[in-house]
Amino acid sequence: MEYGEAIRTGFHYLLESDRSVIVIGQGLWSPWYVGDTMRDLEKEFGTDRVIDTPVSELACTGAGVGAALCGYRPIVTHPRVDFALLATDQMVNQAAKWNSMFGGTSPVPVVFRMIVNRGGEQGAQHSQSLYSWFAHIPGLRVVVPATPQDAQDLLVAATLSDDPVVYIDDRWLYDWDQAVTAPRAINLASQGPLVLRHGTDITLVGLSWTTRLLMDAANLLQTEGLSCEVVDLRVINPFDASVVAQSVSKTKRLLVAEGDWVTCGVGAEVITRVIEELGPHALSVAPKRVGLVDAPAPTSKPLENNYYPKVQDIVKHVNEMMKWQ
Amino acid sequence: MRDPEYEGLGTLRSPEEHRTPVVTTGFDEQLLLRWHRAMVLIRRAEEVIAEMIESGEVRCPCHLGIGQEAVAVGVASELTSSDRCFGAHRSHSHYLALGAPVEGLLAEVLGRSTGCSGGFGGSMHLKAPEFGLVGTVPIVGATIPIAVGAALALKLDGGNFVAVSFLGDGATEEGVFHESLNLAASMRLPVLFVIENNLYASHLHIDYRQPGDALVRYADAHHVVRELVDGNNVVEVAQATKRLLATVRSERRPAVLEAVTYRWRGHVGHREDVDVGVERRDNLPSWKQRDPIARLEQGMLSLNPQIENQLAKNRSEVDLEIIEALSRARAAPYPNESAVIASVYSTSVNSKGSV
Ligand SMILES: Cc1ncc(C[n+]2csc(CCOP(=O)(O)OP(=O)(O)O)c2C)c(N)n1
Repeated sequence: MEYGEAIRTGFHYLLESDRSVIVIGQGLWSPWYVGDTMRDLEKEFGTDRVIDTPVSELACTGAGVGAALCGYRPIVTHPRVDFALLATDQMVNQAAKWNSMFGGTSPVPVVFRMIVNRGGEQGAQHSQSLYSWFAHIPGLRVVVPATPQDAQDLLVAATLSDDPVVYIDDRWLYDWDQAVTAPRAINLASQGPLVLRHGTDITLVGLSWTTRLLMDAANLLQTEGLSCEVVDLRVINPFDASVVAQSVSKTKRLLVAEGDWVTCGVGAEVITRVIEELGPHALSVAPKRVGLVDAPAPTSKPLENNYYPKVQDIVKHVNEMMKWQ
Repeated sequence: MRDPEYEGLGTLRSPEEHRTPVVTTGFDEQLLLRWHRAMVLIRRAEEVIAEMIESGEVRCPCHLGIGQEAVAVGVASELTSSDRCFGAHRSHSHYLALGAPVEGLLAEVLGRSTGCSGGFGGSMHLKAPEFGLVGTVPIVGATIPIAVGAALALKLDGGNFVAVSFLGDGATEEGVFHESLNLAASMRLPVLFVIENNLYASHLHIDYRQPGDALVRYADAHHVVRELVDGNNVVEVAQATKRLLATVRSERRPAVLEAVTYRWRGHVGHREDVDVGVERRDNLPSWKQRDPIARLEQGMLSLNPQIENQLAKNRSEVDLEIIEALSRARAAPYPNESAVIASVYSTSVNSKGSV
């Protein structure tokens, strides 16, 4: 099943099995906004539960928070991360803090689903992922599915969680095709990073789209005789570093690819936490972060092509790191 | 959902109405010819861009305003290059109506370094400050408060220049539109909000999104002067703009112009038959009978049949201008890789630092 279809399967399961689940956001009835991930759901479950909205991100997000406080499990959907920025007050000041600031007894079971939709010369305001922005906020659980299985399962887990959850999917993954088992109830608190591929020479850590990049790079590197371990982060807040640390204690080499600006990014967090857990001599070679240069996305095709890391870039960096024994 | 009791746009939203020739009596023929030429330039330039989208030569997302030309041209006709204008994702028309060179637009959508934004923005990020266009961006509603800020600067400057915010009906659904109207009204700032009500925000008709279809009601709520016009009638647009700007310039207060119009192509891209991924089933053929260019031509011809020569000259001049601009744009290089980093921060030094 493809990643995009797997998201739809997750939605379908949730809407069918739980009357309290509603979905609200812009473009839910339009394939142009959400791809195939919500195809015809409004026809099956009604436009009262699958709600396409005016161009009002802040109000719709706040409405999700309010409905969550009154017994529903809304999935607020923003067809681009960039548009969700208009709603940051409701996510960061309100939902993330609500339980804590009222003494720990006022949970807000809302999901903020945002789609990364970039490339195609769309430019600076239609290309962002901003993972670490959201992961910085205590109170927001942040999930970043890479595989079709996780696209489905983490959506279910996010929606069943009693906490506000940011769920970020990526259109570059929508055609990733893998076997997916049927949806079932999952406790998000029990989910964390997973080893997707076992290896001994180097630990490659990715999230969302970069995990696919790393899996492709690992396949190529295997033909060159290198054994890469690939860890998919899946959940970046709260962040559990133990799986990565365990891997690094074996490989002594660590590369993080994050598909975002590296400054103050997820990679910085991963590397720091590994060193904190394993001590200053955990690595045999300096760690590497692969991401975007610290500049907004340009539109012009040749510049845009260079802007995003490719499988070949990962291969090159790994080969350089392997020169050091 | 629309409230059935609500009386709003009335006939203005009907493509069966307002099809008659534009009444041009009493208008200087040269002025009418200039408006005609500007509208033809926008239409032809966008048709050429549409062909390049279809062929794959243009790859950036383009939101074409074919069918809406009269709004930009009518408003721009009352502006000077020292007024400060802002647009959004559908702003080719604003750029061209203000007189900016078509080569800068074509090169920009082709991603070339000679584009108006150096090939960094594509169709959705246009600028031409020397013609009064400060910038257009695709985050809906984003430039509305920015125009208010420009109006604040212009007020502090002390002249009689104004700021102009071009926005769509969808943008009135963002909270910032309402904050901006209130701020401009309470601070008495010289800004004209031009709402191009084409009845759609991407896939959704306004009847699904708002209880009423006339957006001037928001101006009334904020005690802002306003006019509501047929956006496919360039004379009406220009006349209403003239009246509103007289107030904005002299009294230093905001105004709203709502111009009702319709886009002929899909929300994004070149197609007429498919809109945001689904087959189009609206009344486009009827709206084409309300063509702003044809109606102006009919009006001019009814007064002076000889004018056809001049209209034809406009068309052929525009075609030549576009062909030449396009060949220069195509020959231009892509931007230099180093510009990705070099363009992030300013390289100038603030010389006004010490007072
Ligand atoms: C903040 C934000 N939300 C959503 C979008 C997606 N979007 C792009 S154009 C558009 C419709 C805007 O409608 P309108 O303002 O009426 O302008 P039109 O497209 O009709 O010219 C939407 C919702 C966006 N670009 N920015």
